[in-house]
Amino acid sequence: MSDYGTTLAGASAAPPAVPAEVARRRSYWIFILPAVVTVGAVILFPWVFTLWMSLNEWKLGESRHFIGFANYLRLAVDGRFRDALWHTLVYTALSVLAPLVLGTLAALIFNERLPLRGLLRGIFVMPMMATPVAVALVWTMMFNPQLGVLNYLLSLVGIGPQAWVFHPASVIPSLVMVETWQWTPLVMLIVLGGLATLPAEPYESADIDGATGWQKFRYITLPMIAPFLLLAGMIRTVDALKSFDIIYAITQGGPGTASETINLYLYSVAFAYYDVGYGSAIAVVFFVLIVALSLVLLHLRQRSKWNEIGDAG
Amino acid sequence: MTALFDSYPTRRRFLAGTAALGGLGLAGVRPAFAEVDWRKFAGTKIEVNLIKSPRGDTLQQYEKEFEALTGINVSSEQVPEQQQRQKTVIELTSGKPSFDVVHLSYHVQKRQFEKGKWLADLSGYMKDPALTDPSLVESDFAEAGLIFAKDPDGVIRSMPLSVDYWIIYWNKELFAKKGLGYPETYDQLVAAAEALTDPKTNTYGFVARGQKNANVPVWSSLLLGYDTTTVGPDSKLLTDSPEAIQAAALYQRLMSKSAPPGVAGFNWAECQSAFLQGRVGMWFDGVGFAPPLEDPDKSRVVGKVGYGLMPEGPKVRAAATTGDGIGVTAGSPNKEAAYLYCQWAVSKAMGTRLLQAGAGVPFRNSVLNDPEVRKGVKMPASWVDAVAASAPVSRLALPVIVPVTEFRDVMGVALTNLLSGGDPATELHRATEEFRPILARSEAS
Repeated sequence: MSDYGTTLAGASAAPPAVPAEVARRRSYWIFILPAVVTVGAVILFPWVFTLWMSLNEWKLGESRHFIGFANYLRLAVDGRFRDALWHTLVYTALSVLAPLVLGTLAALIFNERLPLRGLLRGIFVMPMMATPVAVALVWTMMFNPQLGVLNYLLSLVGIGPQAWVFHPASVIPSLVMVETWQWTPLVMLIVLGGLATLPAEPYESADIDGATGWQKFRYITLPMIAPFLLLAGMIRTVDALKSFDIIYAITQGGPGTASETINLYLYSVAFAYYDVGYGSAIAVVFFVLIVALSLVLLHLRQRSKWNEIGDAG
Repeated sequence: MTALFDSYPTRRRFLAGTAALGGLGLAGVRPAFAEVDWRKFAGTKIEVNLIKSPRGDTLQQYEKEFEALTGINVSSEQVPEQQQRQKTVIELTSGKPSFDVVHLSYHVQKRQFEKGKWLADLSGYMKDPALTDPSLVESDFAEAGLIFAKDPDGVIRSMPLSVDYWIIYWNKELFAKKGLGYPETYDQLVAAAEALTDPKTNTYGFVARGQKNANVPVWSSLLLGYDTTTVGPDSKLLTDSPEAIQAAALYQRLMSKSAPPGVAGFNWAECQSAFLQGRVGMWFDGVGFAPPLEDPDKSRVVGKVGYGLMPEGPKVRAAATTGDGIGVTAGSPNKEAAYLYCQWAVSKAMGTRLLQAGAGVPFRNSVLNDPEVRKGVKMPASWVDAVAASAPVSRLALPVIVPVTEFRDVMGVALTNLLSGGDPATELHRATEEFRPILARSEAS
C-alpha cells in the first residue's frame, strides 16, 4: 500500500490528493477490524488449529509428537473410516431423496384448497419442531422388536416382526425413516413457497391444449419449482451429512458399526479414544467433503434458476 | 465414635460422640481414634464430580450430613457416564481440574488415571489417625477393590466405592414350567436357554448385551470360566486364544439360538426391558440392575426372579467384576478435606445405605457380612446371597489397560458380527490384529 502511494507521489508533480486517499483507505481498516478479529478467532483459528493438530500424534493425557501427514495415510488404510464414509453417503442420499419426494407430494396436496388446510399444515410441520434427541427416544421405543408399536402395527396386517434398528441390514433405512419423518415438513414448506410463486398462465395454456394432470406437473410445475427443490436438497444434504444426534441416540452407530457415519466415528476417535490428532484428520477430510458437495449443489442451483428456463427453452 | 460415625454421621451425634469420648479421656481411657478431627477443615469448599448413577444419587442425597459433620461445604454435580469420562479426562489433562473429588469407573479408567498420575496418594492419609477413622482399614475391603484402588506400586489412589458382580437373573416361573433347575455349568446354561426358547410364544431363554462395546464384558465374563482372560499380565493379547474363541462361540450360540430378535442392538436397558416383561428365561448382567425387577410399577416378574451365581465354566467358576471408586485429584488444593469426603462416601453408614437400597454393593466386608445390615436390604435374600457368593470367585471383567474403550469397540464389533453368522476364530483374529497396534502405541507412550 505504501509503495503504491510512494510511486504515485513520485510520478506526478505534487498533487497532495494521493496521500489523503491512502490515509482514507487506511482508515477503513478500523471498521472492518472487528469483523476480521471475530472471523479469525471464531472460524479461522479453530480451523488452523485443527489442521495443525491433524499433523500430530496427540492423545489426551499423553505427550504430543509431530508426525506430518501420517494421520492422513492412516485414514487411507482405515477400514472403519471407509465403512463410515460409505454409510454417510448412503444415509445422506436416502435422507435427501425421501424427504424431497414426500415433501413435494405433501406440498402439492397442501397447495390445494382443502378444508382445514391451515390446521393440517400446522400438524404436518410439528415433527420439525421437536428436539432430535426426544424424537430419537420416542422412535427407539417404537423400534423395539418385542415391545415396540411398529411391530404391533405390522402384526395387524399380517406382517411378521422386523428388527428395525437392531439388525445391520435394516438399520440405515430405519434411521432414514426417522430423518424423513422429521424433515419432510421442511421440504414441504420450501416447495409450498415455490408453488405460491408460480404464474397461472402456463396452466391455462396447458388446459386449452388438453394436458393431463401428470403432464402439467411433469412439464410445468416440476421445472418451475426445480430451484426450490435444489435449495431444499442442498439444505437437506448438508444437514444429513452432519447428522449425529438421531443416529447416536438411537443406535450409537450399531449394530456393530453398521450405522456408524463419519460424524460418529469422529466422535468416538476424539472423545472416547481421546485421539485428538487422528480425530482432527478425520474432521479435516470431512470438512473438505462437505465443502465439495456444497459447491456442486451451489453450481447446480446457479444453473437451474427458473428465470433462465425461458432462455434455455 | 466409630459406631456413631458408621451409623448416622450427623453433627449432633458427632458432637455427642465427642463429648462421650471426652468423658472417656477424663477417665483415662483414650482410644487412638479420639484424635480424628472431622472439623479440621470446616469452612473449606470442595467440588465433587460424580458419575450419574444410583451411587451418585445416594451420595448427593446425604451430602448435607457430611457438611454438618465436617463443616466442609460440598458442591457436587452428577454427569452421565460417557460425558463424565470425557469431562474428567479433559480437565485432568489440564492439570487444574475444577473438582477436588472424582468418581471413576475402575474397569474403564483405572489405568488411564494411573498413567496420567491424576489421583493423589491416599496411603499417607489412611495411616494418619487425625484424618482416618480406625474402622477404615485395607483389610476391610474385598480383594478386587484393593486391586482396583492400588496403582502398580501398591499405593492406594482411591477408595473402592461399589462393586458390580455379573450374575444370572433367572425367571423361576418359566424354569418351573419347563421343569428345569438353575444351571450350574456352562453346558447346563446352554441347554436351559435352548429349552426355554419358543419363538411362537415370543419366549426366549437368554438375553445379554449384543451392542458393540457393551457386549464385551459378556464375552470376557464367559472367558473367565476357562481360567483365562483377555490380556495377559505382560500386556499380551489373549483375545484370539483357543479359549477366547470357545467363549466367543458360546456367546454366539446363546445369543443366536436363544435370544430375542434384534439382540445385536441391545444394551443393558433393552435386556432389562425384555426380562421385565417375563418373556425371557435368563438375563446375564451386573448385579446392580436388580432393583427395577422387584418394583411392581415397572416389572411383571416381581417375586419370580432368581439371582444366581455365575455357572461353573469348563475350568473354574468366576464372577466377572467391575466397580467404581472415588478419589482425590492430584491437582486439588484441598486434598485433606476431599479425602474426608471420600472416607465418608465409603463409610459403613453410606455402604449400608447403598446396599439396603440396592443402589450398589459396597466393597467393605464389614458391611456385606453384617447380619443387621443384611436384614435391612430391600432386595430378596437370594440377591444378597448371589452377591456374597460372587465375592470369593470375583475376577476383573475387563483388562487394566488405557485404551479400554477402543478395546471394547474393536472386540465388540467382532462379537456383533458373530450374531450375523461370522466365524468366531476369523472375527477374533481380525479384531486382535486390529487392536494390537493400538495397545502397543498405548504401552509405548
